[in-house]
Amino acid sequence: MSNSKLSQSISTDGADPKISEQVLDVEKDLLSMESYSTIGNNLVEDAKMSVRNVNVFYGDKQAIFDVHMDIKKNEVIAMIGPSGCGKSTFLRTLNRMNDTIDSCVVSGEVTMDGENLYDPKLDVVELRARVGMVFQKPNPFPKSIFENVAYGPRLHGLADSKVDLDELVENSLKKAGLWEEAKDRLHQPGTGLSGGQQQRLCIARAIAVEPEVILMDEPCSALDPIATARIEELIEELSQNFTIAIVTHSMQQAARVSHRTAYFHLGKLIEVNPTETVFTMPEHKLTEAYITGRFG
Amino acid sequence: MSKDNRKKIRESLAKRNRSERHFQWFGKLGVILGLAAVVLLFVDIISKGSGAFRATYIQLEIEYDPDAIGVLDVNDTEELIFANWQNFAKKSLRDLFPEVTKRGEKRKLNNLVSEGAGFDFRDQLTQSPNLWGTKETLWILADDDIDTYYKSWLDDDPFSARLTSEQIKWIDQLHSKGLIALKFNTKFFERGDSREPEQAGIKGALIGSFFTLVLTLLMSFPMGVTAAIYLEEFAPKNKWTDLIEVNINNLAAVPSIIFGLLGLAIFINFFGIPRSIPVLGAIVLALMTLPTIIITSRAAIKSVPPSIREAALGVGASKFQTTLHHVLPLSLPGMLTGAIIGMARALGETAPLLMIGMVAFIVDIPGGFTDPATVLPVQIFLWIDSPERAFVEKTSAAIIILLSFLMVMNFIAVYLRKRLERRW
Repeated sequence: MSNSKLSQSISTDGADPKISEQVLDVEKDLLSMESYSTIGNNLVEDAKMSVRNVNVFYGDKQAIFDVHMDIKKNEVIAMIGPSGCGKSTFLRTLNRMNDTIDSCVVSGEVTMDGENLYDPKLDVVELRARVGMVFQKPNPFPKSIFENVAYGPRLHGLADSKVDLDELVENSLKKAGLWEEAKDRLHQPGTGLSGGQQQRLCIARAIAVEPEVILMDEPCSALDPIATARIEELIEELSQNFTIAIVTHSMQQAARVSHRTAYFHLGKLIEVNPTETVFTMPEHKLTEAYITGRFG
Repeated sequence: MSKDNRKKIRESLAKRNRSERHFQWFGKLGVILGLAAVVLLFVDIISKGSGAFRATYIQLEIEYDPDAIGVLDVNDTEELIFANWQNFAKKSLRDLFPEVTKRGEKRKLNNLVSEGAGFDFRDQLTQSPNLWGTKETLWILADDDIDTYYKSWLDDDPFSARLTSEQIKWIDQLHSKGLIALKFNTKFFERGDSREPEQAGIKGALIGSFFTLVLTLLMSFPMGVTAAIYLEEFAPKNKWTDLIEVNINNLAAVPSIIFGLLGLAIFINFFGIPRSIPVLGAIVLALMTLPTIIITSRAAIKSVPPSIREAALGVGASKFQTTLHHVLPLSLPGMLTGAIIGMARALGETAPLLMIGMVAFIVDIPGGFTDPATVLPVQIFLWIDSPERAFVEKTSAAIIILLSFLMVMNFIAVYLRKRLERRW
């Protein structure tokens, strides 16, 4: 990113010009730095997933710089940061979704329960069964609601009988809070649901294979406030059974749903702290600038 | 806004509206010209070809007398083979016109009915031998010259160039007795090719086209679709796949006759596949349609939103499962329409088939994929090349049939697209 573009990303409207200048300087420093260290408690004791020295390249362009981070079991961790900061890219390294992009190269180590996810011997199919994903735009298959939820369990042979499968689908829809609305129309197309319902269907589809970790890539950005509130409630409920990593554009959402918040800037992980700390006493200047709405 | 600017806008508005009107005129003109060409083509072809669906028949009373055809024992099959079956018709005609006695005139009289009538008697009597010795009143197919004359009977200037004045007189007499009439031409749909226009039918070419197209579809569709899926979903994107893509597009633009030469050089000369058979025709046409199918299938695959692939991969489907369960069903309508349009092109293709001997004169209706055959467009080519005037209407009739098949296929393509299309 060129400097001129960079300064564009910092809006100076209505803010103290002095502070903005300081932020600009910090950002410049960050760009020129060869190595940096993340501020806050990015490493934890009982990590479900550990990320070490992770760099991600798209061809010649580096998108993620040397990230070290842990994700705790059964926590909700939010990744925030301005557009293009690499938070989505980072999320997709956690279930190797980046493999689908030819030019994408990942270096470093990502482990889950001590197992290296980038081990050539590891089968991504198994990994993606263990690390589920919910996408930005609701993307149900153009099939019935039942088929949408039953797809994963069928693939992996998780249900032994038709009765089992019915039960699994029902439970998943219940956990996703969609059962009451969908039980009478299980065999109608999932694409006929409203946007919020579709997203909950996608969540039901993800949890039907009982993953250990669920990645959510801006799951509410295409939804209205009421649907968003329902998904946020759902995230809270799900966090009792699952580890959740969520990328979000909305700082309020991060504040509402997450236990810890990670702030990314220009591909670097600037700060990781308990959500309360991040939103009340951010340690880094850039984090402060972002959460106070000076750019992003 | 200042008054000045408003004036400027109003002035430019007139110009803008005018150019929009002009554009619409040009568009309408193009549509009208296109429609006019289609109407002209259809009117011309239908007016020329509709005659072929009816043929002139002469009513004769036939006595199945073994003596008449020089057969002594009706159970002796060998004798029946060499019997002069045409004599049944000749005898009946002489009974109708007893005044004809001169040798030359008799021959002219005999020429009123088709040369093929004898074969019909033979088939009839072989099938039901109990007819021997009985009498039957039959409508016998007239000769093609009579047919052409009788069809132009009501015209100001009937086509009589190939008839003698006696023959015209006889036809007048037959007409006044009601013994000559135009009837639906069943032979046209039951027969293969013939040198006698009145005996020539379209069935051989239809069956040949059917066998060739079925094989073409079986060869090109699975291969084209799998190639498209591989290139679109699995192959790495590098300069080699770029090169392949460019060359597939090039291949789609290669003139079809070149594919015929390929078939001749490789499949006939090198692999020794017999010429003129549907298998060979299908191989050549499959090679020709393959690039079209690959290109349309790739476009169909590309139109499947990536979010569907991500969704499937996200719950742990392998790449192959993602393709098989989601991408393929969603892109199938597009692939099918591409295949049908490719098949329609293959159905109308002539040039490459000329190169591989499917232009041969084949009377028998092909019974399988390895019987010598010809196809509809080549049949049209053969007939239009024949000197007999009666072939003109046969040619037009064959064109009508070919065009109706093409239209049916295109309608199916449109229907499938509408029917299977999914929106999300």
